[in-house]
Order: sequence, then C-alpha cells, then structure tokens
Amino acid sequence: MSIKQSDVEALYARTESGSGVLRDPGVAHLTVNHNKILSSHTLEGLEVDAKEIEDGVDVRLVLRRGVRIAKTVHMCFGMTASEGVQRIKMRVELEENSGIAVLAHCVFPNAVDVEHIMDAVIEIGEGARYFYLEKHVHGERGGVKVYPKAAVRLAKAAEFKTEFELLHGKVGLIDVDYETTCEAESLMDVTARINGIEDDVIKISETGHLVGESARGALTSKIAVSGRAKAEVRNKLTASAAHARGHVDCKEIVRDQATATAVPIVEVSHPKAHVTHEAAIGSVDTKQLETLMSRGLDEDEASDLIIQGLLS
Amino acid sequence: MGLLEVRNLTLKLDGKRILNNLNVDFWEGHVHAVVGPNGAGKSSLASVIMGLSGYRDFEGDVLFDGKSVKDLSLDERAKLGMTMAWQEPARYEGLKVRDFIKASAKEKSDEAIRSVLSDAGLEDGDYINRAVDKTLSGGERKKVELASILAMKPRLAFLDEPDSGIDVESLERIFDAVQTLKSSGSTVILITHSPTVLRQAEHAFLLCCGELMAKGVVDKIDGYFTDQCLPCDHKNVPDKEGIGEL
Repeated sequence: MSIKQSDVEALYARTESGSGVLRDPGVAHLTVNHNKILSSHTLEGLEVDAKEIEDGVDVRLVLRRGVRIAKTVHMCFGMTASEGVQRIKMRVELEENSGIAVLAHCVFPNAVDVEHIMDAVIEIGEGARYFYLEKHVHGERGGVKVYPKAAVRLAKAAEFKTEFELLHGKVGLIDVDYETTCEAESLMDVTARINGIEDDVIKISETGHLVGESARGALTSKIAVSGRAKAEVRNKLTASAAHARGHVDCKEIVRDQATATAVPIVEVSHPKAHVTHEAAIGSVDTKQLETLMSRGLDEDEASDLIIQGLLS
Repeated sequence: MGLLEVRNLTLKLDGKRILNNLNVDFWEGHVHAVVGPNGAGKSSLASVIMGLSGYRDFEGDVLFDGKSVKDLSLDERAKLGMTMAWQEPARYEGLKVRDFIKASAKEKSDEAIRSVLSDAGLEDGDYINRAVDKTLSGGERKKVELASILAMKPRLAFLDEPDSGIDVESLERIFDAVQTLKSSGSTVILITHSPTVLRQAEHAFLLCCGELMAKGVVDKIDGYFTDQCLPCDHKNVPDKEGIGEL
C-alpha cells in the first residue's frame, strides 16, 4: 500500500520517533487515521490483516511459530480530525516461541470531541514474547475519551510486557481495562504511567490472574495529577497456583486540588502462592523537594522534575 | 565580617528551646566544622540557615553577604549560592543521576557531569544513567548529592555528616571534594561528630544543647573528642523528673 505521506507525517509529527522510521524496510508498520489505513508494511512470518470499518479498523495480527521480529514494529492509531469516534478492534496471536515488540502511538493532536475505543484480544503462545508500548500523544484541549480494553492470555512460559504512557498533552478521560491470565511459568508485567492535569479523569482497572504454577506478574501504576484532575486506580492480582508470585504497585502524586484513589486487591487461593502490594498516594516528598530547591529550583520546577522521574 | 552571620538566633520547636541565642560567623573560602553531641542543634542550625520547612519561625537573624535572608525562600537562598547536603539523601524514583545533577549544574554537559561524579568518588560504573533511587546504596546517593553540589559551584555549602554511610576508602575522596570546593572559593560547613571529619576544617564551633560552648581553631575544639566533652553544664542529662523510679 502506498503511503499518503502528508497524512502520516501529520500523525507522527508529535511523536519522538517521527515518520522516518517507516521508510526502513526492516520495520513493519501500520498507520491508521480514524478509519483510513494510511500505510502498512509487513515482514515474513508476520501477517497483518487490517480492514477499514465504519468508525475505525479491524486488525488481526498473527506472528508465526518461531518467528522473532528483530526491529520494533510501529503502529499508529490516531485522528487528525477534531471530532469523531475511532474504534480499533484488534486480535493478536503470537504462536509458539515467536517474539515481537510493538510501539503503538495513539495521536489526537486536534481533538475537541473524540472517542478512541480499543478492544483487543491477545493470545500469546507457549514460550512467545510480546512487548507492547502504547504512547498517547494528545493535544492541549484534552477533548479525548480513551477506552483501552484488552483481554490477554499467556500460555506456558510466555512473556507479556506492556506499558501504557500518557505524558504529553491533556488526558481528557481515560478508562483503562486490562485483564490478563497467566498460565504456568509465564510472566506478565503491566505498567501505566499517566500525567493528569486540569479536569482530566483517569481510571485504571488492571487485573491479572496467575493461574499456572510458577506464573509471575506485576501490575504497576504511576500517576501524577494536578489542577482538579481525578485518578482512580483499581488493580487486582489473583494467584491460584503453587509458586505463583505477584506484586501490585501503585504510586500517585497529587498536587493542587486533584484527588487520587488506589484500591489494590490481592487474592491468593493457593498456600504456596505469594502476592504483595503497595500503594503510596501523597504530595511530592518534602525532602526530595527541598533538596532540589536547595540547588536553586523553585517549587514548581522541583516538583516537575520529581514527577518526570516517577513517570519515566 | 563573615560570608554568613548568625545573629542572636533562638529556635524553639514544640515549645522546646533547640538553639539558644547563637552568634556565629562563617568566613568566606574557609572550611568550618560544627561539632557537638547528638541533639546539640547542629543540623537544626543548618536547617534554619537554609530556611527548611519547620525551621522558618525563629528569633534573631541570618545574614548572607551582609543581607538578611530571613524572609527568603529556600530556592531564593540557593540562588544566592547557599546549599546543603543532607545526612540521609533523598531517593527519587526514576530520576536519573544525569538529570538530578544537571538541575543545579553550571556546566550541563555529560562530560562535566561525569567529571563531578568522578570527583565525588563515582568514576567507575555508568552512574550517569542510573536512577537516584533504592538501587543506589546510601553511600552512593551521598556521593551523587556531593557531585550535585560540586556541579552547582556554590558560595556556601553545608555538608551534614559527610562521612555517614561512606566506606573508609571513599572518605579520602570526599575530603578531596571538600578541598576542591574550598579551592574554588566556596565556604564549606561540615556538620559532624567525627574527629576525622573535624580535622578537615580550619575553624570549628562546638554546640551543646543549642548553645555555643566553644569556637576556634580545630586543635582547640578537638579536645571535645579526646576529653569526651569540653566543660559545660552537661545539659544533655535528662531532667530528673523525666526519669521516673528505678
């Protein structure tokens, strides 16, 4: 498919990678603006079947058995229009011992009233590895409602590492709903890093089920809110098999009139399983702040640097 | 006239007198030490001078370059060239050593940052890309903090217990860094109860129970350590009323 270069560049303009990476023949990619597929490129062993639907795209990605994609695959699902609904239906299947890393940008630079709905089903085969980093780039108006939902299943000894990052622009509303089931010896590592300002609303619900022997999992949320923003984190990790190990970690920094809640739930139903949790919500630590202020940073500069570190 | 002058300083916290009518001068370009037993008020004195939260309500005055800094915020004092290294440095989740040092550095290049890290005793390892968090030991964080002070090139730096958590081999590097600060014109104030650290200074002040008990050249104050304590009224002995029956 030919690349509609100006549209692609409009989407990639605010990303750190830029659109130049798409010219590398060793980089598989898929670029979608609203419900239009602007560009796609695939590699041997990686099948991407993308269809335009009325309000978005329907994508099926299959990585064949034993195939390891060397370079990060780039996806971009965005909208340059100021209004509309974008629905992404995604099915990802990684066959046995395959491996892939995906960097997905979700870009809404001009949004006034945009809904972005991602509904993903992800199956990671035995011994396969799937790294998925989703970076959101929003405009300054924050007229975006984002609903990322994923149901993930890890087969024996599979590995799933995902990071959700929304650090640039105004969040608007985000409502994350991930549920991951981990079979024996598999590894799940789910992280969300979000910076909310003004009247942003952040809701995170991440659930992990360690159902196989020696499955391991971590659910991590790092949130900063200021202005009148609200954050609500509900992370749940269950362990029902011997030697399953897990940890739930939530850190939220609150400034101004913002509010944050954290509800870590751990549920263990096997005597040889072990799950821990920690949650810390509060203002910026005084000692951290004063150390930086004693180097000449004012309070806002010091707070910003501390939060930048937390969310990095 | 000193670079830093403390005038009639009295500090009370929760109704308890922590510092009592202190008058102290710290001279420009010299290394000073403030010594005394635990609870003498050494760190409180530094906290008042720097304007840390909880230490801003006091009697008396603090003059820097002849001007009162009493009404200045912590960062405003830092912009004048005053800074401080804590006894137990803060941890910053995710914040890279590079960014931590760069925040205060006069020269912000990686080369300059590696140079101050080396001066603080962290020349090996890729410290510049590590985070100032729990993956660094207390001693390593102390060196990173010292490096950030070297990078800042302050006019006056408090180093609170610079030897705590530092291994013997590294201590000489810390002392070298103190001399580096001095040779670049900085005034250094070491807060310590270590005779080894005291000997890095040229002048010292002995505090006990918030009062200045003695001041002078280091040899004079060194007697505090050899004699266990210079003559004072041993005000650290608890009130009998507070002991209870044996």
